[in-house]
Amino acid sequence: MKRRADAVIIGGGVSGCGLAYCLAKRGFKDVVVLEREYLASGATGRCGGGIRQQWSTEENTKLAMESVRLFGQLDEELEYETEFEQGGYLILAYTDQEVEQYKKNVAMQQKLGLDVRFIDPKEAREIAPHLNTEGVLCATYCPSDGSANPFYVTQAYAEAAKCLGVQIELYTPVTNIEKRGGRIASVVTSRGKIETPLIVNAAGGDSVSLAKMVGVELPIVPTRHEIMVTEQVEPFFTTMVISFKHGVYFRQEKRGGILMGYGDPDERPGFDITSSMKFLRTMSRKILNLMPALHRVKVVRQWGGLYDTTPDALPILGPVDGVEGFIQINGFSGHGFMLAPKVVDLLAQLITGEELDLPIDRLHMDRFLTGEISRDLSVV
Amino acid sequence: MTEDTIICRCEDVTYGQVVEAIEQGFTTTEEMKRMLRCGMGACQGRTCGRLIAQIIAAKTGTSLSQVPLPTSRPPAAPTELAILAGTPHEETS
Repeated sequence: MKRRADAVIIGGGVSGCGLAYCLAKRGFKDVVVLEREYLASGATGRCGGGIRQQWSTEENTKLAMESVRLFGQLDEELEYETEFEQGGYLILAYTDQEVEQYKKNVAMQQKLGLDVRFIDPKEAREIAPHLNTEGVLCATYCPSDGSANPFYVTQAYAEAAKCLGVQIELYTPVTNIEKRGGRIASVVTSRGKIETPLIVNAAGGDSVSLAKMVGVELPIVPTRHEIMVTEQVEPFFTTMVISFKHGVYFRQEKRGGILMGYGDPDERPGFDITSSMKFLRTMSRKILNLMPALHRVKVVRQWGGLYDTTPDALPILGPVDGVEGFIQINGFSGHGFMLAPKVVDLLAQLITGEELDLPIDRLHMDRFLTGEISRDLSVV
Repeated sequence: MTEDTIICRCEDVTYGQVVEAIEQGFTTTEEMKRMLRCGMGACQGRTCGRLIAQIIAAKTGTSLSQVPLPTSRPPAAPTELAILAGTPHEETS
């Protein structure tokens, strides 16, 4: 392992590996990525793989739209099949309040150039056959939303970064971060120390404890989120279906398994990611309500991962006040995978001193100090 | 065993693919599962898990006891959604 580097990125998920690649591509190659276990072993590899552009805030929508454009170029650029598919996202509205909110969302999204529209329950059933639309007033549909394989995307970035000279150290947990005179000085790992003027905190839920090592309090709450998947059945729909009212999302993977998750409002903050019986039962009830035809389909596996949730469900990007050379790329609140391609591109622009082609000032950590935050409402 | 011998029947993963993944540096069953999907099918690795651990041990020159099997995840056997949805109301962690 190197003893000094121009930058050290902590976290071998999609953000860490993606940023390493984007830096190296710009000629900033003396970079080390530190990963506690193996690549995508944290939140990236535990996510549902969905890629959505339908958000209630302009910040998330713009980042997501640019990310979709970049996802479309990734396989060619990185020479890797990442299984990116554009099967669409269908968001169901059950109440007048939801309809009103979605009208605002769609107007904003269309203004930004997104191909999104309102559809009636009948068309929703055509897009997602067997969908129970009882009580559904309408839905929003964006055909260019989709999914990709989080392991493969991470691996693709990592391999391309390595080809350009980045060093990726697996099974190397960080034990301390040292600063000198208000500046980042070095990072201490289980395998020794690396002197560096720049540390990027891309550690998902663990970003909080890393930031504490240099006296920075990130307003991030780690919270378990569970997912399960069924046996493979004949593919019959390509879209992700979301109901914010039920707190549910589900899609059928290309191979046929139906993947589903829901955000439990009673989930308490913490680092526990074990599987719960409560999720298995509640999720089964919710999915059978939305798609009763699945009652004989078998669940093969469930798992858990961490959301790194911020007060406004928007990520924390860029430097922090008080510690020079400490860059944040965390707090994605469950949506880090889908926003990654554009976010890592922007952070690479920031670090190499380029002019940013999409401003991220509003995602700076100091927004939580002014008390004026606008929460993204489109969160499961 | 030949290149084409099926190791994971659920996901059609061959001996050749497993060996290739080891050569690329994926030397744990967890990484292998994520790269090749072996252990993600209906049997959840109950058929192929030990086989893969054996191949990793042989190819990396370690003892089988030093190659951990992947995390075992619920349910213990594939279970119909209808049965899961009807489970009596109780909490376990």
